[in-house]
Amino acid sequence: MTQNVLWKLGLIVAVIALSVGSFYFKGMNLGLDLKGGVHLVMRVQTDDALRVQTETTVEQLRDALTRGSIQFSKLEMKDAKTFVVEGVTNDQGFRAAAVDADTIYNRSSGVGSYTYSMKPNIENQLRGEAVDQALQTIERRVNELGVAEPIVARQGAVDQILVELPGVSEVQRAKDIIRSTAQLELKIVEQGPFGTEEAAKQAYNNNVPSDILILPGTGDSGGATPGTVFYALRRASVVTGRDLRNARPSLDENNLPAVGFSLNGDGARKFGAATEANIGRQLAIVLDGRVYSAPVIQSRISDEGRISGSFTQQEAQDLSLTLRSGALPASLTYLEERTVGPTLGADSVRAGVAASIGGLVFVVLFMIFYYKLTGLNAVISIIVNLLILLGLMAYLGFTMTLPGIAGFILTIGMGVDSNVLIFERIKEELSGTRGARAAINAGFDRVWWTIVDTHVSSLISALLLLQFGTGPVRGFAVTLIIGLLANVFTAVFVSRTVFELVLGQRKTQTLSI
Amino acid sequence: MQIFHNPNYNFIRWRWHAIGLSAAIILAGAAMIATKGVPLGIDFSGGTLVRVQFDQPVSEDQVRKALDTIPGDKVVQQFGPVADRQIMIRLPQTGTAEQGISLEQGSRQIEDALSKAGLKFQILVRDIVGPVIGADLQKKGVYATLASILAITIYIAVRFRPSFAIGAIAATFHDILVTAAFLQFFKYELSLNIVAAILTITGYSVNDTIVIFDRVRENMRNKRREPLEQVVNTAVNQTLGRTIITAGTAFLSVLALYLFGGEALEGFSFTMLVGIISGTYSTIFIASAIAIILSKKPQTAAAAPASEPAARSARKQKGAKAS
Repeated sequence: MTQNVLWKLGLIVAVIALSVGSFYFKGMNLGLDLKGGVHLVMRVQTDDALRVQTETTVEQLRDALTRGSIQFSKLEMKDAKTFVVEGVTNDQGFRAAAVDADTIYNRSSGVGSYTYSMKPNIENQLRGEAVDQALQTIERRVNELGVAEPIVARQGAVDQILVELPGVSEVQRAKDIIRSTAQLELKIVEQGPFGTEEAAKQAYNNNVPSDILILPGTGDSGGATPGTVFYALRRASVVTGRDLRNARPSLDENNLPAVGFSLNGDGARKFGAATEANIGRQLAIVLDGRVYSAPVIQSRISDEGRISGSFTQQEAQDLSLTLRSGALPASLTYLEERTVGPTLGADSVRAGVAASIGGLVFVVLFMIFYYKLTGLNAVISIIVNLLILLGLMAYLGFTMTLPGIAGFILTIGMGVDSNVLIFERIKEELSGTRGARAAINAGFDRVWWTIVDTHVSSLISALLLLQFGTGPVRGFAVTLIIGLLANVFTAVFVSRTVFELVLGQRKTQTLSI
Repeated sequence: MQIFHNPNYNFIRWRWHAIGLSAAIILAGAAMIATKGVPLGIDFSGGTLVRVQFDQPVSEDQVRKALDTIPGDKVVQQFGPVADRQIMIRLPQTGTAEQGISLEQGSRQIEDALSKAGLKFQILVRDIVGPVIGADLQKKGVYATLASILAITIYIAVRFRPSFAIGAIAATFHDILVTAAFLQFFKYELSLNIVAAILTITGYSVNDTIVIFDRVRENMRNKRREPLEQVVNTAVNQTLGRTIITAGTAFLSVLALYLFGGEALEGFSFTMLVGIISGTYSTIFIASAIAIILSKKPQTAAAAPASEPAARSARKQKGAKAS
């Protein structure tokens, strides 16, 4: 055995050892289709975030104009990213008051009236931030759900989020928790409750001022109006979910499940001041646009509060979870849901393993039958190929999916191709006058560029598959790519080394092929 | 052992017959697609698909009756052997969240209706695909396939000659179309997995073609005097053993997948099986035939002498690259 062959052999053994080791110690990530669980794709309605920004700007501008006693006849939001001001007489004063709005919106002006539309870069920034925040919030919620190895990531289009929860059985509950906006707002009640929305509007002669908001709510238990009632609230919130320090399930005065919350320092200051100034009025606790309760403020409250409604224990628990994890900056809509039961996943693994072994056995038998001892050489390189594939998949943390198993089998089938190409060429060269060693060398050398060409073209389609694929199909593409790369190593390097090892320094020039 | 001892079949002679046969299959498939449309699986069409396992044996009709109250075209189908008591139910896309219809509505309707009919069951698979995702995937699938073909064409055009690239790509398109025709004949719905299989076939088909073209290039260096037909035919024959064995092993391993891999991968493995057969056939008959037809064109034209130096310099270039 020459130094050269020894060195090559060492390298091959090291690669095998590394592969087996990483597979053994790191284990294989199984995809949802093999493990069971739920795969969700949702869209963040980023318009919501723009609307909040526009609403806030309009309110701030209104405040500034009122403080500066600047006349205007109309100030209202047109859509999520535009608002209009009309009837301004003091142009200079208005501009001074609207400095802040100018940083965010582009202004087009007529005589005494302005249309503000959001600057495109600000719009993109807000949309991006909304998705980022949603991503972080969902991550916190998923973590609190206690799911092992969840995935929360952006996907495809900028506003899509992918969530994968392996092994979750209460799919509906998980979905509800992820989706609930959990937008908590505490607002002072101006009038109400009214029995109908119309009645509430009539209280303002059907001309509800823009700083008043009418929201539905549940009638106070024992009150005169059970069912849905309507409140007229001050639009500006006293405190919101952002001011929360903590939320946890608790009990209300009737010993029914409720959610207690506490406010952070800033929130407590605001809350204390507002409650002190409004003793005797009602305070509405609004969650996601619905008034849950509207207790009368008895005294100054600083940092503790409670949301009661007719919650079950579970609901109270889920609500405190979502409140703790923070509000979503925008609502979510589900675009895709795929659920796989755990038993089915296990069945798929069994079927996949059976098919892999079946494919391997077919190919091994054929190669040995057709190429005799040289066929064994091909079998060695297929097996080394599969070991590298498993090892690299485990090491790089890629996920094995059901189509991934198909990629595995395809690697077996197509991996042989390079061996066949080389062996056929060796046979051809043997039929000439050369000896075995020369034939082997010629076979490998002649076929090398063919192997490069075939692998490059296969890699091209596998890489595009990776681009196109979602979830399971990506698993297929990844297996195929790693299989192809490993194959160049095994079919050429490993196989040639085995030939050199077997032929050694012998003078015999026959080959069992 | 050898399947072929110095094979010397005249494949090129059969090129027009082969092209005719392929055209017939593709046209038949295209006619079916034109009249019936491509049946889209849930991945692309969107909608709701639920696979249910019942505690007691039920018939498709029983389930269909239980679901009578749900509007729209329902598909109710036994899944796997009867003993598994699995039924697949599919509902079409109804509306979007923007229209106030929640994505889960269909699946909830199915569960309610089955419970109301007094059936006991558990849900094995629930796939709900909204219209946005479906349309997105359709677009991506088409792009990925076309981009893959384009990239491979460029690669071959650079490594070989443009007429070869066109031959290889014609063979690839041929394989995709033949596979699509067979999917149509056997009523398979287009799913993500099937598109993945089709993309794999583009890689596989070109593989086969490249092996022959590589041999053609090598032979052209040694046998400059022979006409192109002869050179190509020799190359096809020289690589015939390899073509058949590779196709055979790939076919066998995918067959294992088809037989043992379970229902979930059936569409994928069927597509691959058809693609492998078509790929082998097109490699032998279609790719080289088209390469020859296209390579000959300039020579039959009146300006034959003008093209001669170009061809020679092309050969020289190839020679330089190989050395």
